[in-house]
Amino acid sequence: MTGVVPADGGGFETPGIADFWQPLVNIGSNGNWSLTRPAVEMLISVAMLGWFFVSVTGKLSVVPTKRQWLAEQVYDFVRNSIARDVIGAKNFRPFIPMVFSVFSLVLVNNVFGVLPFFQFPPTGRVAIPIALTLVVYVTYHVVAVRRKHGFLPYLRSLVPPGLPGWLVPVMFVLELLTFFVVRPVTLALRLFGNMFAGHLLLLVFVVGGEYLLLHGDNLFLRGSGVLSFVFSVVMTFFELFIEFLQAFIFAILTALYLADAVAEEH
Amino acid sequence: MSGNIAYLGYGLAAIGPGIGIGLIFAAYINGVARQPEARGMLQTIAFTGFALTEALAILGLVFAFVFK
Repeated sequence: MTGVVPADGGGFETPGIADFWQPLVNIGSNGNWSLTRPAVEMLISVAMLGWFFVSVTGKLSVVPTKRQWLAEQVYDFVRNSIARDVIGAKNFRPFIPMVFSVFSLVLVNNVFGVLPFFQFPPTGRVAIPIALTLVVYVTYHVVAVRRKHGFLPYLRSLVPPGLPGWLVPVMFVLELLTFFVVRPVTLALRLFGNMFAGHLLLLVFVVGGEYLLLHGDNLFLRGSGVLSFVFSVVMTFFELFIEFLQAFIFAILTALYLADAVAEEH
Repeated sequence: MSGNIAYLGYGLAAIGPGIGIGLIFAAYINGVARQPEARGMLQTIAFTGFALTEALAILGLVFAFVFK
């Protein structure tokens, strides 16, 4: 897509997948083991979260400080609005740490997409949603197998009771696909796709705005460049909203899958 | 004009989920307007439905990059 605006600069290059490969330290010849920007950001996010929650919960007081208030609000939200409402008041307690860790980690890594000086969402690299999803995937299967006392009873419990006989094999295949393929794939791809697409959108407006403003042929194109910059600011706030929403949805779906695993009846 | 038809395909694939998400939130708003105290419960259900519908659009986006 070169030559959107014919100018002296050799044409406009659309931002693409290549912009998401940002190695900081190259190790090896093919780049498989390089230390990349998302990896460093993820390490920072883990250190930040660990430091924040350990230092806050170390000295709890009845009259909370500002930081304790913040931690309590986040914890309260995850505990009551996500874990308790979705999993149910009877079974939700053992899963609060898991849902809370997933929520806070995804939230911080999403917000890195618009946070100044970071400005790259680690969850926009597909490996990180896949790793997070693997943790959730293994957990809900292990919980379900334990609850149903074995792997075969678990498979049997996938089919809802009271179906006519000819429908049982069809439902079994469908449920098997849902539980073992569709759920993990969509969980990982949803987070990845949202963060990837959002960051790409911001890149298009900022890079395109820069090109129009500096290399535009006439006043109209340069004006469009200014408009593009303004719109990129608007989209940044929209992106911030999406980032919170996706962390919320990732945690809610984690809780939903765990709720299916601990349910007595399917 | 040159380009990639996969992106056009993604545009078409986004129509369905767009309508679906609109319907979900319309129903959510209706529900809250009729019974404001049910907001918390409806919120969870609405966002779960939103996430499931949105998955289709996200699959379209990924396939647009995979099959180009």
